[in-house]
Amino acid sequence: MAEQKVTGHHILLRHRDIPEIGEFEVYTAQGGFETFKKVVTTMEPEAIKQLVLDSGLRGRGGAGFPTGRKWMFVDDNNWPHYLVVNADESEPGTFKDREIMSKNPWQFLEGIMCSAFAIGANDIYIYLRGEFWQIAHELDRQIEKLHAESLLGEKLFGTDYALNIYTHLGAGAYICGEETALLNSIEGIMGQPRLRPPFPPAVGLYGKPTVVNNVETLANVALILEKGAAWYRSFGTAESAGTKVFSLSGRVKKPGNYELPLGTTYRQLIYEYGGGIMGDGKIKGIMSAGASSAVIVATDEVLDTPMAYESVPSLGADLGSASVIILDETVDMRWLINKTIDFFKHESCGKCTPCREGTFWMQKLTTRIASGDAGEADVELLHNVAKNMQGKCLCALGEFSTMAVASSIERFSEDFKV
Amino acid sequence: MNALQHKYAKDIEKVLAKYPADRKQSAVMPLLYIAQRDGGYVTKQDLVEIGEILDMSTTEVASIVGFYTLYHDQPAGTYRIQVCTDLSCALRGADEFLENLCENVGIKVGETTEDGLVTIEAVMCLAGCDKAPMFQVQSPEGIEYHENQTVESTLALIESWKQEKED
Repeated sequence: MAEQKVTGHHILLRHRDIPEIGEFEVYTAQGGFETFKKVVTTMEPEAIKQLVLDSGLRGRGGAGFPTGRKWMFVDDNNWPHYLVVNADESEPGTFKDREIMSKNPWQFLEGIMCSAFAIGANDIYIYLRGEFWQIAHELDRQIEKLHAESLLGEKLFGTDYALNIYTHLGAGAYICGEETALLNSIEGIMGQPRLRPPFPPAVGLYGKPTVVNNVETLANVALILEKGAAWYRSFGTAESAGTKVFSLSGRVKKPGNYELPLGTTYRQLIYEYGGGIMGDGKIKGIMSAGASSAVIVATDEVLDTPMAYESVPSLGADLGSASVIILDETVDMRWLINKTIDFFKHESCGKCTPCREGTFWMQKLTTRIASGDAGEADVELLHNVAKNMQGKCLCALGEFSTMAVASSIERFSEDFKV
Repeated sequence: MNALQHKYAKDIEKVLAKYPADRKQSAVMPLLYIAQRDGGYVTKQDLVEIGEILDMSTTEVASIVGFYTLYHDQPAGTYRIQVCTDLSCALRGADEFLENLCENVGIKVGETTEDGLVTIEAVMCLAGCDKAPMFQVQSPEGIEYHENQTVESTLALIESWKQEKED
């Protein structure tokens, strides 16, 4: 079984195997930054892109888009290019990038440096949510260290390649995790999404070709380039290669991050790693991708479903960022949707009408429903509002806000009986 | 040179160096954090001065303050205790924690203690879902996480700030 290969053998959460890996000397003693040197001095960008494509690595921020493919979209007739790292981790239930950056920072940094070389970028911006203030300050110190070690700056390893990394702190806005809102935020305007196309690899930061990738995605890259595509594909499933950090939260005994091969089942995650349900209660539902997820009724069949990009959609949900929130029988779904809508109403950027108005009215309705004062017509109206928003919002946030609402009403109708 | 530039010349210079010379507006967010170091909120004068430094209108700078939750245009307690009450934390008792904390401190959510030391706020997800109840403390020194909290541990933290203030 693939998962046995990973026990005591983390790819991303390597600090769990090598506790001091956050120290520069310990990381370099493990061969750290040798891959970056090899990449800059001996590899062609096209070959790196191809290798990453062949590895099957897909975007870990939620969309699951093939990373190498995204890199190949970068417009080589327009310069300069930018690499922007999405460290805005703000989805309720998601706390993986925070652990990677704070505990295994050098591997993360080497990953983004190799990736920048692959897409021909000389400047990297790491966009961190403002709450990651301490991590940003640590990263600033680590970036200084890399300059001191001549791993950043001009003429690296005697070549003409120059590379700099800058951190940029957000200030508390979930919407900035949407890549075009994030770019606007760096440009110093309100973090609202742009109309697409054009997509960032064509027109991104400052109007230049830009790749925006998630922290976890890029933290894989140095090891993929060191050990090869076949090695990475030896973990996971055919369509979902590699390992994934699953953020497990909610009503489980041992919440936390678990790095497991894609294709591990929900049952393994919840019972083997998460220790089962709090108070040995009965599981009721699973949110597979944080608060933006549709809620799945936790049947035996669901529990035995592999957590992979190709498998979760058959349950009427998505793998997404793999932020798995567990609900037990103490959870009233009327309360739950009121919680998720409070979040999305607060985080709606106000740019497009369906989301701005839809979340506003859904908040009114879910508040009334959660208080127990609602009639059947209110539940019907809520479902109608949610369904009418779908497919009409400027970005995914509006769509996300409807997922828990619509799926809860459809799949947990008992909770909504008046 | 305005007052902000005068006081934080080096920091401002360092921030501006991060962005292309013709893209100064990118520095608006870091400059707002710098302005907030004094008093924990952004004053009208700060808006004007940041606008001067970055060739932005005061309204444009104000739009950034209004858009993001970590910028404040009103004074509050020196320490803002920002408790996450989002779904994952709420499933682990965050709402009860917040309620008990407020009761013990003697203020409501959003209010500030009489001595001006502490404001308690409820905020959206802080990416600390597995260690709830948890909160961050926003102060002029920055932002700090406190996880796996109890009302007792939080009251002890507040007590330590009181001692610090008296010393």
